[in-house]
Amino acid sequence: MTNDEIIRIINDSLITEFELDSAKMIPEALLYDNLELDSLDRVDMVIVLENAFKFKIREEKEIRDIRTLDDIHKFVINKIRESERAL
Amino acid sequence: MQLRRVAVTGVGAVSPFGVGADILVNALYRGESGTVLVPELRTIKGVRSHVAALVKGVDPGVIPRKQRRSMSRMSVYAVLACREAFGQSGLPAECLSGGDMGVSIGSTIDSIDTFQRFFEEYLAERDMEQMRSTVFFQMMNHSCAFNVSQALGIEGRVIAPSAACSTGCQAVGIGYEMIAFGKQEFMLCGGADEFHPLSTASFDIINAATTGYNDRPHETPRPFDRDRDGIVCAEGSGILLLESMESAEKRGAVILAEVAGFATASNPQNIADPSAASMEVCMKKALADAGIGPNEVDYVNAHATATIQGDIEESRAICGVLGGDVPVSSLKGHLGHTMAASGGLELIATIAMMNRNCIIPTLNLENPDELCKKVNLVRKLEERPVRYALKNNFALGGVNSSLVLRRYENDK
Repeated sequence: MTNDEIIRIINDSLITEFELDSAKMIPEALLYDNLELDSLDRVDMVIVLENAFKFKIREEKEIRDIRTLDDIHKFVINKIRESERAL
Repeated sequence: MQLRRVAVTGVGAVSPFGVGADILVNALYRGESGTVLVPELRTIKGVRSHVAALVKGVDPGVIPRKQRRSMSRMSVYAVLACREAFGQSGLPAECLSGGDMGVSIGSTIDSIDTFQRFFEEYLAERDMEQMRSTVFFQMMNHSCAFNVSQALGIEGRVIAPSAACSTGCQAVGIGYEMIAFGKQEFMLCGGADEFHPLSTASFDIINAATTGYNDRPHETPRPFDRDRDGIVCAEGSGILLLESMESAEKRGAVILAEVAGFATASNPQNIADPSAASMEVCMKKALADAGIGPNEVDYVNAHATATIQGDIEESRAICGVLGGDVPVSSLKGHLGHTMAASGGLELIATIAMMNRNCIIPTLNLENPDELCKKVNLVRKLEERPVRYALKNNFALGGVNSSLVLRRYENDK
């Protein structure tokens, strides 16, 4: 899976789950301030990403540092690449 | 004892006829039935009753996602009904904040749909990893009440009375008492419920659900009728906005009616069997609270769900307290039994009858049961002034409630 494909899956999943405006899905978008998500959404976002990519990330410490959409993209891409290297 | 008079200045309805109190009232006056065949019920083993009265015309998407995510269907109904009631009241938005506005809204049980979806996932794999953060918010007993307060920005008391079919009437009665005693300035009150086959099955198993009209849904339920065979389960939300009469008059609000009295009382003899004696106690207490005698009641909006025994007992009780002349009708023939919503929805219709001077008859009442005939059963639209109306709701678990409405006549 390419990075662009991963980003597309992330964005589509979040748009569907949180009824987001696709025009706001720019990398620098802040989850709270720009996409208007909150702490409960953050919990559900983890479930959405786990379902989309069939991995477990709930206990990952880096999740707490995610602030922007780009942070999510990078986190997920790194996670997937790590998995691929472990194979 | 009532310390402050209490006015109704707004109503809101989500019913089997659609979204809006006018839609509800107009359908009732046209003699429409909300009962339909529910194909899903035919597929469930052990359920003989295949009809229900289901809400239509609701678009949950009109509620913002962040508010909606904690709502099951019943909370959506309650929020839409509250929005309508608040809008009709003409109160400024500032009344919602600061603690003057409260909420008294309950349901029979909480969202069974939500419970079902959760347990289907959980029990399949003993797995809760997929559980969304807001599922529990849809399951909590006060889900409708807090969702209303969150969605409208209400900062006063939020309580969620629950007494099955008495819920709505009790919730309005509690709101009335809070305003009468000066504890709140404004209250959004009533109930909401959503249909699930469990409701139908629960009545079916005690032989209290209609089973003989699956091929002609509009002909059931049949309150007080010789050929009635039980309840039609339904859903919706009925909400009244209450405020002190002084406040309503001072701001020149359109006063729809006055809540003049309320009582709720228990029948500890049996959890399911209705009792005329206990109903009488409740009705008498409501009249006493209103400070009126039985001869002053001009109309009774009966609970009458079309169960064999319930309608007989209520007829006896009404006759025992008020005699046989006062007009009596039930709206279950149109609406089915909207459970926790029935108190609010039927109060809204009763207020309309008072203001239109025209009583809505019981739908599907063709041959009055000999054992219900001692009261004056209304069988066609009846033009007559209604100054005082008595509204009954009686619940499984032996919880009875009665509320007295008075037509507003600017007669302070």
